[in-house]
Amino acid sequence: MNLTDAESLCAALIEQMRPHVTPDTALVGIHTGGVWLAERLHRALGLSVPPGAIDVSWYRDDYGSKGLPGKARKTEIPFHVEGANIIIVDDVLYTGRTTRAAINELFDFGRPARVDLAVLVDRGGRELPIAPRYCACTLPTPLPPSQRLELECGADGKLSLRQIDA
Amino acid sequence: MRNPQLDKNGGLQHLLTLDGLPREILVEILDNAAPFTEVAEREVKKLPLLRGKSIFNLFFENSTRTRTTFEIAAKRLSADVVNLNVSTSSTAKGESLLDTIDNLCAMQADMFVVRHAASGAPFLIARHLYEQGRDDIHVINAGDGRHAHPTQGLLDMYTIRHYKGDFTKLSVAIVGDVLHSRVARSQICALVTLGVPEIRVIGPKTLLPTEIEKMGVRVFHDMREGLRDVDVIMMLRLQNERMNGALLPTPQEFYKVWGLTGEKLEYARPDAIVMHPGPMNRGVEIDSAVADGAQAVILPQVTFGIAVRMAVMSMLAS
Amino acid sequence: MKIKISNGRVIDPANASDSVQDLFVADGKIAAIGQVPADFTPERTIDAHGLIVCPGLIDLAARLREPGFEYRATLESEMDAAMAGGVTSLAIPPDTDPPLDEPGLVEMLCHRAKKLNRAHVYPVGALTIGLKGERLSEMAELVDSGCVAFSQSNVPVVDNAVLMRALQYAATFDFRVWLQPLAPFLSRGGFAHDGEVASRLGLPGIPTAAETVALYTYLQLAKVTGARLHITRLSSAEGLGLIEQARSEGMDITCDVSINHLHLCDRDIGYFDANCHLVPPLRSERDRDALRRGLIDGRINALCSDHTPVDDDGKLAPFSESEPGATGLELLLPLTLKWARESGLELVQALARVTSDPARIVGIRKAGHLAPGARADLCLFDPEEVHRISRTGLRSQGKNTPFLGLEMPGRVRYTLVEGQVMFGDSVQ
Repeated sequence: MNLTDAESLCAALIEQMRPHVTPDTALVGIHTGGVWLAERLHRALGLSVPPGAIDVSWYRDDYGSKGLPGKARKTEIPFHVEGANIIIVDDVLYTGRTTRAAINELFDFGRPARVDLAVLVDRGGRELPIAPRYCACTLPTPLPPSQRLELECGADGKLSLRQIDA
Repeated sequence: MRNPQLDKNGGLQHLLTLDGLPREILVEILDNAAPFTEVAEREVKKLPLLRGKSIFNLFFENSTRTRTTFEIAAKRLSADVVNLNVSTSSTAKGESLLDTIDNLCAMQADMFVVRHAASGAPFLIARHLYEQGRDDIHVINAGDGRHAHPTQGLLDMYTIRHYKGDFTKLSVAIVGDVLHSRVARSQICALVTLGVPEIRVIGPKTLLPTEIEKMGVRVFHDMREGLRDVDVIMMLRLQNERMNGALLPTPQEFYKVWGLTGEKLEYARPDAIVMHPGPMNRGVEIDSAVADGAQAVILPQVTFGIAVRMAVMSMLAS
Repeated sequence: MKIKISNGRVIDPANASDSVQDLFVADGKIAAIGQVPADFTPERTIDAHGLIVCPGLIDLAARLREPGFEYRATLESEMDAAMAGGVTSLAIPPDTDPPLDEPGLVEMLCHRAKKLNRAHVYPVGALTIGLKGERLSEMAELVDSGCVAFSQSNVPVVDNAVLMRALQYAATFDFRVWLQPLAPFLSRGGFAHDGEVASRLGLPGIPTAAETVALYTYLQLAKVTGARLHITRLSSAEGLGLIEQARSEGMDITCDVSINHLHLCDRDIGYFDANCHLVPPLRSERDRDALRRGLIDGRINALCSDHTPVDDDGKLAPFSESEPGATGLELLLPLTLKWARESGLELVQALARVTSDPARIVGIRKAGHLAPGARADLCLFDPEEVHRISRTGLRSQGKNTPFLGLEMPGRVRYTLVEGQVMFGDSVQ
């Protein structure tokens, strides 16, 4: 599968998720790529609960060394977390630390009934016991740490993945 | 001269005063405060940013109100907060200010929130920490004498930005006892830095500092003239002990001349906001109808104050 | 002991002379300048090539902190500082604990100083008992014990009736009265010059009126009582203006300024530097410039160190809670030279303000000049050598001064008191 073809990865992800979601399934995207993706999934899956957005900067475990981001974006959860079925959405799964931070943050809004994880790409390199329930593409060999993989959103709303030598 | 509140890279090491604080840092604090305002709406009103950090509220001068806002801000960031009313403990036993600081440093403090009756006391602490090589410990000035109350000044700026947006078109009036007010000094410094073109102070000559106009303000003694067409009115608290004596004859006369009433408020722009750092003396500096009126933003100030203090604390700790 | 000081640049401000000469000392006195006196065989020769030889400095205000404040400084430590600073005569303000209001205390101080055999001390007695401004001190007795003048130091008399009586009583004997212009209520509760800096820093201010109101009162009272008045530690342009006005009306009045007020202004407080907490307060730049001009043309008669050793505990406190004062004995000469250099003033004129001029104010005839027969109190210094003021370099027990860390011109090489080398390479 072509890694840069985010649109077809997205379509595959939608098909994976479709049998398992109900109209009251809630999506929460992780800033920034995850938020675009969650909006797309929300439309395609015809969910009724508005999607949430989460900025994990305050919950990162490397806050002490990296500090506050230039401009923290708002975490917005427009539904009741208490008792909800939630799917956390992110573009790329790497160490798992971001997911951990997102779960922690989510729990500060209440106690969900169930939390799943959906990602476009699993690039390998996990440092925590976290696995996605839905994943459009798992790289056969993990990307080296020097490489960054990021979702981008064009002016036309088209999604694409960009691989960067950091 | 070394600016004692900046580190060697020009970042924020301590928050001691808004005088001379670079505009970018001031705006960064306001920007960082914005997302913190929504934490109060969560089920768990807590962020893990300062987990495991020890913050000492060192109040050499009593102020339950200010101490509480710092305490809430620190606790929402998951810090461990220790409140010390030093006015009643060690200094009464003859221990010097810096002895107290050394003791608390030995207890692995990460941050001091200092309130002191003497102007400049937090600078003395910051200089001492610098000389001891303790650049891992941060100081927040929670009010020193008549000098500065930077977090109050910042929360006031946050409030103005929230309601008025652009600072560069505003006309702002500060009313009352400017002479004894650390709040007024911090407000003036921040308003100047943020580019407010018209800053006025209004009050009797006995309550305005000498050469205050050199800080970049216009001096008025007449309320109606001073309030004309302003966008923001910042009232100051008049301390009880200053109400009768050589500075002012009586609180009644002060109210008559400088108290903010509905009638005087009409001289300001119709959409002007009314602010007050609290606690208010109703019927002395402000009429109840105004304090509780549609133009008053006094309670939002308190809410924003917690977010601003959270922003300052988390910036210092990172 | 006969000493020949050879090839020095001998400056005697009293005679407006400045030339490279040999200077001969015998029996504790100046024997001659230039020509070798008859039968003079030096027992010691000091090579003063490249050095300036001038009268030992006379300081109008040096607090030695004895009795009462020995934890801040002692006679020994401060005498060392005086010697290192080339200061050979010290007027001692009465603000000791207890104050110098009793003949016994003054005698004790003089006795202790004499035993140490270094700088000469000239005690200034308390004008009122305990400096309380209520009862007159025994002025005649105090003069017999060694007092040269009377003062309230910086504790002003509140009751003008008492002040008037004190001036009258002093005038009875033609005693000198030294007063610091400080109006008690206007200066109460203030810590810095009431101006832009104090307003910005939120430091309670002391208005210039605290100086002018007191000064005006003193001048009027001196006029009606005929008292011989010397005004100490002038701090403002307005104050100097009042003195000039009094002089134009025929009053004979002298005044001095401290090294701190000659070089600093309120801006130097910076971020609450407690070393700049002084009495009177450092005033504006405009005031400082007026004082500098006044000292150049002699409208201000003398420059003094206002030496006030304060221990570290006294300074390690918030500005308003810190002890006022700064150490100064070792800075008097360097700051005189710095001022002269910055003002383009001849050394002979500049040195007059710390030698012959203060000698006249104290009433010292035997020193402050280099005429044959004068006391051989001498200061030999290298005007070119630059040194940095540091805590370890200072001999005074008071290590606090606003000038810490600054480079200063002028290094004292030898200090002689009555013909004896009390500071210099051989005694270090």
